[in-house]
Amino acid sequence: MVSLFGRFRGGYMKILVCISQVPDTSTKIVLKDDNTAINNQGTTYIVNPYDEWYALVCALELKESGTASDIHLITVGKADVEPVIRKALALGGDEAIRIDADSNDPFQTATYIAEYAKSVSYDLILCGKESIDYNNGAVGAMLAGLLDIDYIGFATDIQINGSSVIVKREIEGGEETDACSLPVVIACQKGVAEARIPNMRGIMAARTRPLKAVTPVAVDPVTEILAYELPPAKAGIKLIEADNMDELVALLHTEAKVL
Amino acid sequence: MSVIVLVEHTEGSIKKKSLEAVQYATSIAQKTGTTVSAIVLGTLPNDEMENLGQYGAHKVLNVPDARLNELHPRAYTTALLTAAQQEASKIIIMLHDINGRAVAPRVAGKLKAGLVAGALSYPDLDKGFVIKKAVFSGKAFAHVNITSDVKVITLIPNTFQLNKGEGKASIEKLDVNFSDNDFGITVKEVNKIKGEIPLADAQLVVSGGRGLKGPENWGILEDLAKELGAATACSRPVADAHWRPHHEHVGQTGGTVRPDLYIAVGISGAIQHLAGVNGSKNIVVINKDPEAPFFKAANYGVVGDALEVLPKLTEAVKKFRQNHK
Ligand SMILES: Cc1cc2nc3c(=O)[nH]c(=O)nc-3n(C[C@H](O)[C@H](O)[C@H](O)COP(=O)(O)OP(=O)(O)OC[C@H]3O[C@@H](n4cnc5c(N)ncnc54)[C@H](O)[C@@H]3O)c2cc1C
Ligand SMILES: Nc1ncnc2c1ncn2[C@@H]1O[C@H](COP(=O)(O)O)[C@@H](O)[C@H]1O
Repeated sequence: MVSLFGRFRGGYMKILVCISQVPDTSTKIVLKDDNTAINNQGTTYIVNPYDEWYALVCALELKESGTASDIHLITVGKADVEPVIRKALALGGDEAIRIDADSNDPFQTATYIAEYAKSVSYDLILCGKESIDYNNGAVGAMLAGLLDIDYIGFATDIQINGSSVIVKREIEGGEETDACSLPVVIACQKGVAEARIPNMRGIMAARTRPLKAVTPVAVDPVTEILAYELPPAKAGIKLIEADNMDELVALLHTEAKVL
Repeated sequence: MSVIVLVEHTEGSIKKKSLEAVQYATSIAQKTGTTVSAIVLGTLPNDEMENLGQYGAHKVLNVPDARLNELHPRAYTTALLTAAQQEASKIIIMLHDINGRAVAPRVAGKLKAGLVAGALSYPDLDKGFVIKKAVFSGKAFAHVNITSDVKVITLIPNTFQLNKGEGKASIEKLDVNFSDNDFGITVKEVNKIKGEIPLADAQLVVSGGRGLKGPENWGILEDLAKELGAATACSRPVADAHWRPHHEHVGQTGGTVRPDLYIAVGISGAIQHLAGVNGSKNIVVINKDPEAPFFKAANYGVVGDALEVLPKLTEAVKKFRQNHK
């Protein structure tokens, strides 16, 4: 949940929410072209759950409480990601920016977003904990580095208090409360906001909200994916009778060697 | 030209996963004809630092500034950039954990370096600098080539074997010019959940799903976890229903675990759940439905009622522990 403190100062904050498009969570991965590419025929795409459920909704709550004035969504992708951006806009947000580039490299993605963000000077940049396709969890921290501002990851609660922010975040075996000044990049996960479902009004409104395509700055990727591989199938399961837990423990000791 | 590795420590000792990182760095250094410099930020007893030599570190560069005992991503980045410049390092290694994930991308961005986040293999140097990592939450793996001159890698903990040898690292103090901005984040409060084993690094995990029926039945699951010395986890609906705290939720939209043993109790094995646990080395599934999809992903299976099987398993573990003291 987000605090109401900002209301008393009058909403002024400009928030940028980083949105990536990912295959639906139930997608089965199939390879093609000698295992150098993913076959995405028939794949449905969704907004990356961390970006939608937590980062975007947190921004909306900040606007609803009067703390934020403008919410911009940004995505790096070619024109085919627009339907997914519209889905995000159906939840809320004043405008969307699409950096017209296909990037699979965190440095390239972060550089594109950083260059755009510099031109607007946002007070708060929210992203997800990680994208569930390439699982890097890198773009947010890299973006903060390129902008020379602070970064807090694994956030579970965000409170804005004037020009500073108080964030609860996950640490190993517990939780920590951090404070820092705006601007800052925060990577969101469960806890930051309650997931919402878009309603008809939002879906209609999203159609008319501006979605502008921006030409990317020139930057080369510094990584490339040469090939993919699917995990080997499990080699058959051993079933153990429910009354014979000694046998299971013995197998875990002698065969699996985990006890 | 050394390989640099960031070493994490807590309460005066080095974390085991950081020893794995030092070992990994050593292997790369051997293949590329260089040495390993371990970076220790904050205060740590000398013998702990020297012992990094047992895993192949040539020297330790230490910044004995107590503020660095807490994570400050910008200060950590400044220190690592200073070390990388001093050592003319081209390869920088960290862990793919909460700290590493706040620092490594920042360092990589500053150096325009390619990053492999979540390495599962040593680099293949024959084809460039190619490292395997999980993508699509473990539903596939990608072989990623880093094409930049400087390379940053974060390692998945509990993946690389430790191989303790002889040796003592020399300790050098590293002078770093921090700015005020480097410490822009103030830590207000730290709440460690007492006695809890951090899930992401746990080697044994006992996890419960909706099949356990309600929070009142978690006692028998916790008994087993305690007997094993395991961390506890759960499926998403269980956390959504507030039967368990949300940080226990594993899966595609929760945490990821890679333990030696994952025991799934009353969990159906939906694809989104498997995405968070498919890196586990061994999976035991306890479910009353022999058709539950989880059995297809398991090494060992028990078809039965969790409420009956769990206490029996706990008893068996107890007996085993007594006989193997
Ligand atoms: C976008 C999206 C993201 C998602 N992300 C996640 C995620 O990150 N993590 C996650 O876990 N889920 C996630 N899910 C939900 C997932 O699809 C499943 O619904 C969920 O994992 C099911 O949880 P469960 O197995 O505990 O419950 P159920 O599916 O209800 O299964 C309960 C199981 O317990 C067994 N059982 C019942 N009684 C007993 C008994 N007495 N003894 C033994 N066994 C018993 C049943 O046979 C059944 O197999 C996501 C879904 C979506 C759509
Ligand atoms: N192509 C993209 N466009 C916009 N934001 C992105 C993109 N890729 C990643 N992000 C943001 O960065 C976060 C971390 O992504 P990643 O580093 O890819 O795991 C995501 O949750 C998004 O908020």
